[in-house]
Amino acid sequence: MGDRIPIAVTVNGVKKEAEVEPRLLLVHFIRDDLGLTGTHVGCDTSNCSACAVLMDGRVIKACTVLAVQADGREILTVEGLSKGGRLHPVQEAFLVKHGLQCGFCTPGMIMSAYALLRENRHPTEDEIRKGISGNICRCTGYAQIIESVQQAARSKQW
Amino acid sequence: MIAGGQSLIPLMKLRLASPSLLVDINRIPGLNRIEESGDLLRIGALTRMAEVEASTLIRERYPIIHDASEVIGDPLVRNLGTMGGNISHGDPNNDMPAVMLALGAEFVATGPAGERTIRARDFFTDTFTVALSIDEILTEIRVPKCLPRSGGCYLKLEQKVADFATAGVAIQVRLVKGGVCKEIGVGLTAVGPTAIKAAQAEDWMRGRMSIDSAAVRELARLAGEESNPSADIRGSSAYKKQVVALLTGRAFRKACERARGDS
Repeated sequence: MGDRIPIAVTVNGVKKEAEVEPRLLLVHFIRDDLGLTGTHVGCDTSNCSACAVLMDGRVIKACTVLAVQADGREILTVEGLSKGGRLHPVQEAFLVKHGLQCGFCTPGMIMSAYALLRENRHPTEDEIRKGISGNICRCTGYAQIIESVQQAARSKQW
Repeated sequence: MIAGGQSLIPLMKLRLASPSLLVDINRIPGLNRIEESGDLLRIGALTRMAEVEASTLIRERYPIIHDASEVIGDPLVRNLGTMGGNISHGDPNNDMPAVMLALGAEFVATGPAGERTIRARDFFTDTFTVALSIDEILTEIRVPKCLPRSGGCYLKLEQKVADFATAGVAIQVRLVKGGVCKEIGVGLTAVGPTAIKAAQAEDWMRGRMSIDSAAVRELARLAGEESNPSADIRGSSAYKKQVVALLTGRAFRKACERARGDS
């Protein structure tokens, strides 16, 4: 298994230092070492993106990056979106538009939607569909997820 | 060795790969540039697919590369997956190898003995096997600079986003006055043990005075014949050959439109 390697990762604005096995996946570091269980493991085969987080501002699959590769980088998880007890507009939109059923894909869906809207504040429906095309939802058929992203795009609360 | 890791880490999670040592090359500086210099387009091996997708230079002058960059994996995969990895992994299901065959690209291999270049047509030796030595890494992709009246297109059929292609076809053409197809490159994805250069189809079309619908049908037929697909959940071998032929016709017409500046 090899020696543990020291890493320093800024997670939701807070610098976290740890010693990790080189084989540890970032998602397990986030969930098991940091206790941030909002980031989900949906598939374990890199297909579903329930584990989506932002690394240095770009949305990635936390299950397809090693924790040691995140050394020195900034991670944003779904827990880092709300400010002062107020939901982020993307979270609020998923609540208002009911963009979920079982909710398992929701953290990843929200992070992909957040990343999309940071790049493009007024996406077309087609751009939204492409933007979340890596995130699999097995309940909704996506219609209300699209509406949630559109609602978030209209929000003045960003 | 790990770069974007979007193929290797899934393989490791499935225990199909269990490397005892991994060297992470992500922090090597200077390997993520996209630039035209001299008569070449140079793309650093660590350029992320999302950077290729967002590049105005690529979209405007090398649309065949842009087409492929948009359909590789999904947006999250493209944020990490690299140009060099998509090529040097040697997976026949990857999209850039066929594009590079169509473009007549060369790859720069760097090792203890220095640099050498390897032509795309000599690079893909077998499934998951490429012409890099054990002590070499791919550092740069070199594509002949886009000439006037040239254009290309990459099309693939996939059942869903981030699935392997049923088949993919890359075509680059250069036209000259009178509608003559002066140069053509044809690369095929996911229909053989490696990406395939459809040389017979190319030879047939190169220099042809008329590129009417009968000529395009024959080009498509030849490309289908040169493919060597396996039957799997995505279809029978015969079906996939037909998909290759269909995509070849469509990609050729689109490449010609782009070469003429119609789109």
